[in-house]
Amino acid sequence: MERIRRVRLNTSARRLLPLLLLSILVALTVACDAPMSTAVIAGSDNRLIWGPYTLIMWMAMITFVLTMLLTAYLSIAYRERPGRVAQQIHGNTRLEVLWTLIPVAIVVVMAVPTITTIQQQATVPPDAMKVIAIGHQWWFEFQYPDNGGVITANELHIPEGKTVAFDVRSTDVIHAFWVPQLAGKIDMMPGHVNKIHFSADKARPEPYLGQCAELCGYSHANMRFRVFVDTQADFDKWVANAKADAKAPVSPLAKQGAEIFSRSACIGCHTVAGTAAQAKLGPSLTHLGARTTIAAGTLENNEANLQKWIHNSADIKPGSKMPPMGTSAGGTLSDDEIKAVAAYLLELK
Amino acid sequence: MATVAGTLAHHENSGVWSWLTTVDHKRIGALYGITAFSFFMWGGVQALLVRTQLAVPHGAVVDAKLYNELFTMHALTMIFLAVMPLGASFQNFLIPLMIGARDVAFPRLNALSYWVFFGGAVLLTASFFFEAPGGGWFNYAPLSEKEFSPGLGIDFYVVGLMVLGISSLMAALNFAVTIINMRAPGMTMMRLPVFIWMSLIISFLLILALPPLTVALIQLLFDRQFGTHFFIAGEGGDPILWQHLFWVFGHPEVYILILPAMGIVSEVIPVFSRKPLFGYPAIVFAGMAIAFLGWAVWSHHMFTTGMGAVPRTIFATNTMIIAIPTGVKVFNWLGTMYGGNIRFNTAMSFAVAFIALFTIGGISGVMHASPPVDGQHQDTYFVVAHLHYVLVGGAVTGIFSGIYYWFPKMTGRFLDEKLGMVHFWLWFIGVNLTFFPMHYLGLLGMPRRIYTYDAGLNWGFWNMAETIGAFTIAAGVLIFVINFFRSMGQEKTAEANPWGAATLEWATSSPPPEHDFDVVPVVRSRDPLWYDRDHNIAPAEPTGEHIHLPPPSYYPILMATGVVLMAMGPLSHLALTAVGVLIVVYGIWGWALEPTE
Repeated sequence: MERIRRVRLNTSARRLLPLLLLSILVALTVACDAPMSTAVIAGSDNRLIWGPYTLIMWMAMITFVLTMLLTAYLSIAYRERPGRVAQQIHGNTRLEVLWTLIPVAIVVVMAVPTITTIQQQATVPPDAMKVIAIGHQWWFEFQYPDNGGVITANELHIPEGKTVAFDVRSTDVIHAFWVPQLAGKIDMMPGHVNKIHFSADKARPEPYLGQCAELCGYSHANMRFRVFVDTQADFDKWVANAKADAKAPVSPLAKQGAEIFSRSACIGCHTVAGTAAQAKLGPSLTHLGARTTIAAGTLENNEANLQKWIHNSADIKPGSKMPPMGTSAGGTLSDDEIKAVAAYLLELK
Repeated sequence: MATVAGTLAHHENSGVWSWLTTVDHKRIGALYGITAFSFFMWGGVQALLVRTQLAVPHGAVVDAKLYNELFTMHALTMIFLAVMPLGASFQNFLIPLMIGARDVAFPRLNALSYWVFFGGAVLLTASFFFEAPGGGWFNYAPLSEKEFSPGLGIDFYVVGLMVLGISSLMAALNFAVTIINMRAPGMTMMRLPVFIWMSLIISFLLILALPPLTVALIQLLFDRQFGTHFFIAGEGGDPILWQHLFWVFGHPEVYILILPAMGIVSEVIPVFSRKPLFGYPAIVFAGMAIAFLGWAVWSHHMFTTGMGAVPRTIFATNTMIIAIPTGVKVFNWLGTMYGGNIRFNTAMSFAVAFIALFTIGGISGVMHASPPVDGQHQDTYFVVAHLHYVLVGGAVTGIFSGIYYWFPKMTGRFLDEKLGMVHFWLWFIGVNLTFFPMHYLGLLGMPRRIYTYDAGLNWGFWNMAETIGAFTIAAGVLIFVINFFRSMGQEKTAEANPWGAATLEWATSSPPPEHDFDVVPVVRSRDPLWYDRDHNIAPAEPTGEHIHLPPPSYYPILMATGVVLMAMGPLSHLALTAVGVLIVVYGIWGWALEPTE
């Protein structure tokens, strides 16, 4: 008797546990507001995705609950009992045909909206604005051929409601371009130009978060970017500023910094438009001061962080391709010189 | 009987040398099992380190480089050194016994498979002393090229997988020949136990899947060692080529991992439900359909590579179709429980848990069969949840069911049921606590393979829960290990057929004698022992015929040493490869001329 009671407890726990977990999760999905949640729809591609996704999610949950209930029911109803004799059944053709047809029906219901959505995702509106997104170890470069050739890094600005068609590329290994709330991901393949397009619904001050999704080396986790969705007017203002050459330094410290910058290794990799620095290996710094973050969206853009970064970027981003600049890390710049360079960069609004 | 004893007297049956030279499929099965389970625990340690790092935002237990190596080696260890060889362990032990044979078709080849596996496993693991591979288990080019991964890690990956592939290929050919040619009288194909059917299917999958992987590995080896450009864009190569070759292997590989577990539960569920398997032909044909369709879905791992609307549509449809035979299997297992008198011991609990957990993995698999949905799932924790439900909730749970079920046959002893149920509940709760929240984290946008994350993303709570779950799993496995050693210290009390099972391995003593069966059994039904019981057919008396058993041989382990030396060439000096070739050639020579008596 005691044995049987224990079995019953076990099996009901087996039934309850997944249900309990499921209900907690569903509740949290609705309640939780995570900045990278794929369930928050703020762009056209993610809206397309959630067409079939919603349907498939419901079908999955119903299948899940029914299968678990059936398993639990059979476990309890046919558990060992004194005097019970197992029925020697070898099969039942009608039943087996039926439960072959059930998955067939489920698959058909899933496949139809899937295929129509694939077609919709492949159709680009003719008036889309073009942006080129390029993956580098470990940062994102954005070029705006339709907007006077603006080049920026790690912080993408797009106008609200306007479809942006991305040409997605990579210069080294495979990365992925992904802003969960706006769109699904697309790989950045070396030697290929991949395409994705979407529009963001509404302008808002806080950015949407993006992140590389394909393992790309040590700092894969630190390869992030931000998408600012602006009103058309704000976007035009941003473009006008981003197109312009870098501003001349004003404060004495920044002037000193500009001078150090121009005679150091910095100009071997970076561009500051309007100066002698024209290299393209690292991100453009022409308007670095106007960006909210540094180190591919991982750190707030302020004096202290910039100094730390210049001193030895690998401390912040393991594997960083930028060599250490501080003398104590093996570079050539003293702490005071680094302070000056940081002051200069922050003035590049 | 006298002849039987006379034959056995030829062989030394104890001591290290007897294990190194054994060609007995049961002993090789035991070697596979113990080696693979040790690697299973080592892979678990790697997983615990990964989970500890991720328990809180900005974790600082390991650095970025070591983290990449840990998750890569965790996957390689679990897939190639634990789950695949655990399947091979069951196949080695059970295939001859379940089809009524005295050994596999090629006993020395069987030993060679094991020793090559052992060498490859040690070689791959030894990478931790230099630099472990850190490019993920699918090791995408061009990150795996010399320019981006200059260290030895990727070279270890390349030669390690090549060596392991040789082992799997030999085992697969051996098993396929054994199953087709060495069945006992009356054991027609449609009377084969489902585990044997699944083994046959896996053998063909391996034979066909390993060549594309080998091609890819050789190309990568040449890129890294000899400056070719197979996967380098801009120099005539293309990184997407690696993905196609890898996944043409990689997707069937998933079925290679899960089908043994499907075979195991198809044996366990009928025995403890005390009724025949429901819809045997449907289960067999569904297994074949899954394996066949498995060749036409590889690009669903590549939906985000920019492959265009037409291939997205085709591969999505093919992938969804796999849900149909998979659903048929699940319903047939449930149909087997219907109307039964189910004995819920540890083996059966694991088998029923397999149905539930595998179904969860199957359902999430169908979800990202839809390319638009996959745009949000790909490379997130949702995929990590899916694959772990299939491989841990499915494959490993099924393997534990098999261990509890066949333990008396393999050792003559029983595992303790109380400890077994403690193990079961820790495992069941731990698996769900670890892997279910991963669906949710994927939904919240957490990418896989990141060693750190910010606090503001709301990922912290469930990551902590998962880490607790991972340690719960580890506790369960620890209980199992204790149970194992306790049982091994006890008397052999198991009779021939303690569970009242229907298949042939239960017709001989527990553990079976070296020659497996005194008399080769005659099969009259799909459930031979139940048929004989119900029709009062007594087992035949031994006739005193001469039983030929192959003598032990040291050539397999010698040749395996040569193979491993060959593989070490690219890691150190190519002269080692030459030495390895000489040893292998000498081994083949001696092998061919070795007397068989």
